[in-house]
Amino acid sequence: MRLGWKELVRRPGRFLAAGGALTLIVILLLLLGGLLDGLTSASTGAFRVQDAQLIVYSQESRSSLLRSRIEPSTQDEIRSVPGVSAVSGLGVVLIGGREAGSDTVDLAVFGYEEANAEVPPPPEPGAGFADRTLEAEGVQVGDTLEVGPEAVPVRIAGWVEGTTYLAQSGLWVHPDTWHEVLVTSRPDAALDPGTFQAALVRTPDDPAEVAEDIAREVPGTSPLTIEEAILALPGVEAQQSTFVQIITVTFIVAGLVVALFFALVVLERLGLFGVLKAVGASSRTLAAGLVTQAVLVAAGAFALGGMVTLGLASVVPDEVPVQLEARRAVLTAIGVLVTALIGSAISFRRIIRVDPASAVGGG
Amino acid sequence: MPALEMNDVRKVYGSGEQAVVALDHATLTVADDEMVALVGPSGSGKTTLLSIAGGLLEPTEGVVRVGPHEINGYSRKELTRFRREFVGFVFQGANLVPFLSARENLLVVSELAGGDRRHARRRADRLLEELGLAHRVDNTPARLSGGEKQRVAIGRALMNEPELVLFDEPTSALDTKLGEQVMELIRKEVKGRGTAAIVVTHDTRMTHFADRTVEITDGRLVA
Repeated sequence: MRLGWKELVRRPGRFLAAGGALTLIVILLLLLGGLLDGLTSASTGAFRVQDAQLIVYSQESRSSLLRSRIEPSTQDEIRSVPGVSAVSGLGVVLIGGREAGSDTVDLAVFGYEEANAEVPPPPEPGAGFADRTLEAEGVQVGDTLEVGPEAVPVRIAGWVEGTTYLAQSGLWVHPDTWHEVLVTSRPDAALDPGTFQAALVRTPDDPAEVAEDIAREVPGTSPLTIEEAILALPGVEAQQSTFVQIITVTFIVAGLVVALFFALVVLERLGLFGVLKAVGASSRTLAAGLVTQAVLVAAGAFALGGMVTLGLASVVPDEVPVQLEARRAVLTAIGVLVTALIGSAISFRRIIRVDPASAVGGG
Repeated sequence: MPALEMNDVRKVYGSGEQAVVALDHATLTVADDEMVALVGPSGSGKTTLLSIAGGLLEPTEGVVRVGPHEINGYSRKELTRFRREFVGFVFQGANLVPFLSARENLLVVSELAGGDRRHARRRADRLLEELGLAHRVDNTPARLSGGEKQRVAIGRALMNEPELVLFDEPTSALDTKLGEQVMELIRKEVKGRGTAAIVVTHDTRMTHFADRTVEITDGRLVA
């Protein structure tokens, strides 16, 4: 192992090719992961901030918030299901809004009844809590946005974080204001007072079991856990599986790079390994040296790649939703190290087969 | 007790009609402070004999005893440990670890054995001083001459205080004058320590440094 370390320190140039390739792969992995997290967050933030454990849609909506309708009577029926501790309404309109003299911004106007982890209790009618992404569009607290074709005025009462929905900035308003926006933008979709698109359900019990009970006892409803609802959002599951596949393939490429590089290193050192075995080195000692080198090269590549990615993330335009998270970085680091370990392990067989007698030549 | 006893040792590669006898009923005894020159033409079995004596190869038949260790029948793991602790090797062309200094090349042996590092360092420095390399301890092989490299290799072979040192053509890469100097040094070092040695060489001008010369032809030893 010490031999491996010494070679790495004294001949870093030998490992430049593998280290460079791995650094580029780390940058790619971190950017892909950051892009996935950013896109997912932009699509699903409004659901992630919910304290409720379940979201109930009408059955015919096929798990779509926009198509769903939950009447006040249905809310009451859900409330009476054992295990349900609280029920509140939630509705959304995807629409444009603007300040006088400014460009239109995309909004997801939520009507809601109860506070959640991020959003305070509903403000008075005509006011709203805006997602901080609107700050980049020039909106400020105290400004009034004109929402929809009828320019329904909504005064910004404060900022909330991480509440975007399908990449549109959340604007959280009183149910009456939401109804007004809905009616003026889509008269055909007008809802009776007290009717929302979905019901948020809190329960101290196992959410999956309570969801089954609601589905059984309240006909015509489709209860989902928040995680299920997030995956049911348009494109989210497809987006995640696509990115996961690309990231998996990238890890495989990283493994191949390490495997190929260290296979060449071993091939080049067969003579030296023969001599070391002849003077008493075990295959295990030599393999440990190789693994040490692979893991250290990968760790160095991760450190360098991480720094470059941080630099790149700070200069990418705001439209590119790269979101670097510590959890993703840790997972990528573990993945790269494990990949390096496996990649270098492919050369173990060749090391074991090195014959110590090969050190002695001649006749 | 002799440093090496080989009784009726055979080494056969392959089987049936393809069988090649590399060593044929070889019997050799080397006393505990004896230096033996082993000479013979290419393909005569010198390397095979040296490899079997050093635990690099297992004999097909016969008994091999190095000091008190009867090594025929040792497992691969036991042979590795045996080589690490009881035998020293000097290879053709030195074969040093290129990225280690002269001192570190000697310390590799003690590191593999897991010995006391301070003691090993003192021993390595003393050996290099004896070999006239006190001023070269921190030089890597690339900055050593051919003769200096071979002297470092001799130091490495003596690092574990072996009972038997095996030299494989130690002068083949050196000119006559340098070769003689290295042979003189080998004699001085092994004799000074009372260590047994076998020196494989095809250069008969070097054999007079040994106590005795053994010839090998077609795998058979000629006394």
